[in-house]
Amino acid sequence: MRLTLRVWRQPDPDTPGAMVTYGIDGISEDMSFLEMLDTLNEELILKGEEPVAFDHDCREGICGACGVVIDGEAHGPERTTTCQLHMRHFEDGATIDVEPWRAGAFPVVKDLVVDRSAFDRIIGSGGYITVPTGAAPEAHATPVPKPAADLAFEHAECIGCGACVAACPNGSAMLFTSAKVNHLGVLPQGAPERETRVLDMVATMDEEGFGGCTLAGECATACPKGIPLQSISMMNREFLRATVRGR
Amino acid sequence: MLSMALATRTDRRPSLTRTLWASTIGKKTVMALTGLIMLGYLVAHMYGNLKIFFGPDSFNDYGHWLRVMGEPLLHEKWGLWIVRVVLVVAVVLHGVCAYQLSRRDLAARPSRYVHKRPRASYATRTMRWGGVILALFIVWHVLDLTTGTVHPGGFQPGRPYQNVVDTFSTWYGNVVYIVAMLALGLHVRHGFWSAAQTLGAGSATRDRLLRTTADLLALVLTAGFIAVPVAVMTGVVS
Repeated sequence: MRLTLRVWRQPDPDTPGAMVTYGIDGISEDMSFLEMLDTLNEELILKGEEPVAFDHDCREGICGACGVVIDGEAHGPERTTTCQLHMRHFEDGATIDVEPWRAGAFPVVKDLVVDRSAFDRIIGSGGYITVPTGAAPEAHATPVPKPAADLAFEHAECIGCGACVAACPNGSAMLFTSAKVNHLGVLPQGAPERETRVLDMVATMDEEGFGGCTLAGECATACPKGIPLQSISMMNREFLRATVRGR
Repeated sequence: MLSMALATRTDRRPSLTRTLWASTIGKKTVMALTGLIMLGYLVAHMYGNLKIFFGPDSFNDYGHWLRVMGEPLLHEKWGLWIVRVVLVVAVVLHGVCAYQLSRRDLAARPSRYVHKRPRASYATRTMRWGGVILALFIVWHVLDLTTGTVHPGGFQPGRPYQNVVDTFSTWYGNVVYIVAMLALGLHVRHGFWSAAQTLGAGSATRDRLLRTTADLLALVLTAGFIAVPVAVMTGVVS
């Protein structure tokens, strides 16, 4: 495959960036999008140019490290992570635009790398259960109803990649936060901190400068793990419940 | 044991009102509740308007009843003023929250994508400007048919039938009203759905019903309101 890439290049957070055009040839349709970028970087290094910086880790679609906006869509045209997106989904000779996640709370570090530590701070404010560490408890000691286990698992699938924020016209982190709140909120292990969790995590989400939800639904469309839009309504319910109960 | 210290902390939290007003979800809750109040009023208003099809007496009597509703429990016009105060408070709260949330939303996405593609539905994208258009319409509507300040051809207090016919006998009266009602339909279509989600009513099994209800409300309100100027234009009401 022969492709034309237009990639966002930005040397550091304080220098304004711009789209730079690169031609690339000999791309196999079986390559992942990241392998295609690797190929581009090899060529750039051989030419003595600065390679394109991008985040990646497991390349199995389970860690949430990778993620770029491809032709205006977070993670590109398929519902998967960027590392699991294959070049066969693009036409030979296509021009592809590659940009970093855009959100006030996700400042660009370099090229396609953004700082997503705001997510860590949301998790740190309540995305856990407080239990003494030690030996694993007896699995049957705490019965979990099957529907609750399914719901928790559905939300636990969130890998925190940030595609929801990147796709949202308001740069909102509601889908991410709701996935975490609902994951722990429906389980008996999460019950003791059910109220403080949602109040603290929403407060941190707001403090970090994420926007509000206008129910545009872009987040759920972009999510590679299929976290549904209803998760947001579920968290709103949890938030209002916790507010009225006074924690 | 830092973790245990976290679990047993007893620090005081802000009040319910403060928690709501300080958070994006709280402000959206205020918007949802005030939106539903206004929506309820609009359904009643649209229903009342249709009395114009039963002739001047029926419509003017209805107009008079609005001033004496609630009697003898309430004094004359008290019911009317209660409705007015509730509506003004609802409109102001709705607008203030919308303004604050919009500023926040725009700041949360400071730079746009170079590669643009159409995002969300038309109704979703036009909520902000649609809301501004509706606010301006309400000002004109009140000055036209409540105070009569900008009414064409001599405002007659106590004769709403004639006033309505006068307004819709001008081209601009029809244009302003019909455009505003189309904007209203779009606003209600996304607004009702959004309000339901904000109040936590959304779920996989209920979302279809909520969307259908939103579409139906938008359609019935728009058609019901537009029926009046269309009737005046076609001479059905004169």
